[in-house]
Amino acid sequence: MATRYFNDLHKWLINEEFSSMPQARLHKAYVLWLNLIANPLAFAGFLVVLALALVATFAPLLANHDPILQDLTMALKPPSPINWFGTDEFGRDVYSRLVYGARTTLYISVLVTVIVAPIGFAIGATAGYLGGWVDVVLMRITDIFLSFPSLVLALAFSAALGPGIENAVIAIALTVWPPIARLARAETLTFRAADFVVAAELQGAGMGRIVFRHIVPLCAPSIIIRLTLNMSSVILTAAGLGFLGLGAQPPMPEWGAMAASGRQYLLDAWWLTTVPGIAILLVSLAFNLLGDGLRDIMDPRNA
Amino acid sequence: MSIISVNDLAVSFGSGSDFKQVVKNVAFDVEPGETFGLVGESGCGKSTVLGALAGRIKGWSGSVSIDGEGVGPKRSRSQLAKQQMVFQDPFGSLHPRHTIGRTLLEPLEIHGLDQRQERVERVLRDVGLPPAFRHRFPHQLSGGQRQRVAIARALILNPRILLLDEPTSALDVSIQAEILNLLKDLRERDKLTYVLVSHDMAVIAHLCNRVAVMLDGQFVEVASREQLLQGSVQHPYTRTLLDGSRGYVPRRKSAS
Amino acid sequence: MPEQSKPILSVKNMSVQFPTLSGVVNAVKNVSFDVGREKVGIIGESGSGKSTTGRAIMRLQPATAHVIADEMRFEDVDLLTTSEAEMRAIRGRRISMILQDPKYSLNPVMTVGEQIAETVILHERLGRKAARERTLAMLARVNIRDPQRVFNLYPHEVSGGMGQRIMISMMLISSPSLIIADEPTSALDVTVRQQVLSILDDLIRERNIGLIFISHDLNLVKSFCDRVIIMYAGRIVETIEASKLDEATHPYTRGLLEALPSLDHPRDRLETLKRQASWAEA
Repeated sequence: MATRYFNDLHKWLINEEFSSMPQARLHKAYVLWLNLIANPLAFAGFLVVLALALVATFAPLLANHDPILQDLTMALKPPSPINWFGTDEFGRDVYSRLVYGARTTLYISVLVTVIVAPIGFAIGATAGYLGGWVDVVLMRITDIFLSFPSLVLALAFSAALGPGIENAVIAIALTVWPPIARLARAETLTFRAADFVVAAELQGAGMGRIVFRHIVPLCAPSIIIRLTLNMSSVILTAAGLGFLGLGAQPPMPEWGAMAASGRQYLLDAWWLTTVPGIAILLVSLAFNLLGDGLRDIMDPRNA
Repeated sequence: MSIISVNDLAVSFGSGSDFKQVVKNVAFDVEPGETFGLVGESGCGKSTVLGALAGRIKGWSGSVSIDGEGVGPKRSRSQLAKQQMVFQDPFGSLHPRHTIGRTLLEPLEIHGLDQRQERVERVLRDVGLPPAFRHRFPHQLSGGQRQRVAIARALILNPRILLLDEPTSALDVSIQAEILNLLKDLRERDKLTYVLVSHDMAVIAHLCNRVAVMLDGQFVEVASREQLLQGSVQHPYTRTLLDGSRGYVPRRKSAS
Repeated sequence: MPEQSKPILSVKNMSVQFPTLSGVVNAVKNVSFDVGREKVGIIGESGSGKSTTGRAIMRLQPATAHVIADEMRFEDVDLLTTSEAEMRAIRGRRISMILQDPKYSLNPVMTVGEQIAETVILHERLGRKAARERTLAMLARVNIRDPQRVFNLYPHEVSGGMGQRIMISMMLISSPSLIIADEPTSALDVTVRQQVLSILDDLIRERNIGLIFISHDLNLVKSFCDRVIIMYAGRIVETIEASKLDEATHPYTRGLLEALPSLDHPRDRLETLKRQASWAEA
């Protein structure tokens, strides 16, 4: 009976004869979902990202020890049934720190995305739409930011702003926005001349309406894809900053900082650096696979 | 009094070595209720003339007067509402992410008109589409249906003039017939004035009262429909276009 | 007029199937036709399957499509069972395809001369100098006035008509026996179209080649081809001599003829097609 229900639901969602806006939107989302499932690597990436979100959300339930509580008598213990990934130099459980570290990672990634997407898009779309000297000025500013290696730039900003997660987020955001601006500008230029935009202009639409109602929905897929693919470098940059003592400050668990502090014990207590390192690898890879999969799903369907 | 009056219209693009005079000194008048055609091959400037009339092309010189009012390159909202354009490519003229209803509501929102749902339904019925199409996306519609939506969008602001840029060139023969019939019916009912650009002499002769033949940015002849049908045109280029519309002309009879 | 000898191409009951979200769709259903040393036009609207048919003959259908037929024979080759490597040797050499827009079918980063020469270098193993000679001769044959100069041009530097003539050179340089032309003049102006088609006409006559001319333009096919095949919804609904097209009997063909605006036959309203479900069945 459950299968019959799902069958009917499937048919309703596939059906292209819409009778309402919500149905139209659900249909689009469902078709996207079907395509995602059909691509095994992308789906795997999606599952890992989903796992990251779930682990971060349910960290208090999943961790079996306090991530901050120190117990020097238990320092540098190897993985065991009590401490699944062993303990670090302060006796803190690595597994629990990993789980809470997922929160930090997710926090940084989401915050950077939320800052970068609108700002990058706004700058790029404005440059593309208005053209002329506005375009030149905005793009040269973008070029200046782009010409620095991103880690160096993030370091410089982080050092200038001081240690701390929020400052790390700002520093990383400042290095991630230029490619988004460029992308937004390129897409805006492409669509600016499209007949449907001209039609709207000929009906009296102003720049605001055209950029927000017409161009944003068209740029969104590429920008989402680009941000997803960039996510891995955001995580790695955050880890790098953590590694260097900027960004997340002790005792807050952060995968990069964990890997850094484990360096000196690498030969004796390999789990200290390896475990967070693998976590960083998996999540970065997952975002890359998801981004690739999203590109396959979303791009060919673009007008 | 003419509803459209154009004098000394000239359009050029680029500067320096890129300079191109696309339209050179074009002048014509269109009477209310008339369908005026612009025919020619690619690059002759016919779409550019239409674009200048529509307000799409801003870099023109000369004088253009629409519905008794002189207009410049920049148009006000009420000026834009007087003449609306129907584009050639049905796939490109509708926003791929907006539903049909959204696309049709937009001009109503911009101009602050009331009774929006009723107007949308009415205009959809006028072009022969069921009102339920409001919720569909362009990719779910066929080329002919999209072109109907494009015409609906052009009509929704109640313009007096429709500017048609090759409205049926991208459509199949049977669909073209439906759209041409629809255009004729709407013209009759609403007493519209059309300016039609096409490269197809048969379509021009079907819809237009008069047609201007363009070559290299200029009018070489303005012929009436009767002249086209009887073949009594004056300029040799017009004759070439007329002959060409009949198909291929074999140079010699087939051997066997 | 078709020769009495064996046809160059013989297709019996070919179908092309595509999988979709809601099941299998037949883009082409049970089409059968022969092509001899003549010009055969395939007329149809979008979705009729005419382009799919053309591509299936050359085994260029999309990867997800599935071609089945009782017979698909080109001269001495069984197109259904022949290997991909053998097909590669046939394409461009024994069967050639001319597409609609040279903008998209010519490689933008190679000069046109190189592209044409590539065909004979690949298929006939000619040396570069010999290939260049053949190319220049072919360019002159399609009425290009300055072959040396055009040889070195890039596709974006040539006009539409010249681009199509270059396509024709490329496709005819190795003397194929069959040409499939898919809307070859749809992107061209009327005057240019006349030139390009007369060149094609001469070459076909001179070399005794078979031509399949796929188009949506009834008037053009009527005036250019010897025989016309009309397709609807993946099936062939009528086959008739081009000169007798006006006397066609199938309601779909008649519908198309009535729906065309015509200078010689002006009407107030055009007859619109009333599609019958029966046309989509054999």
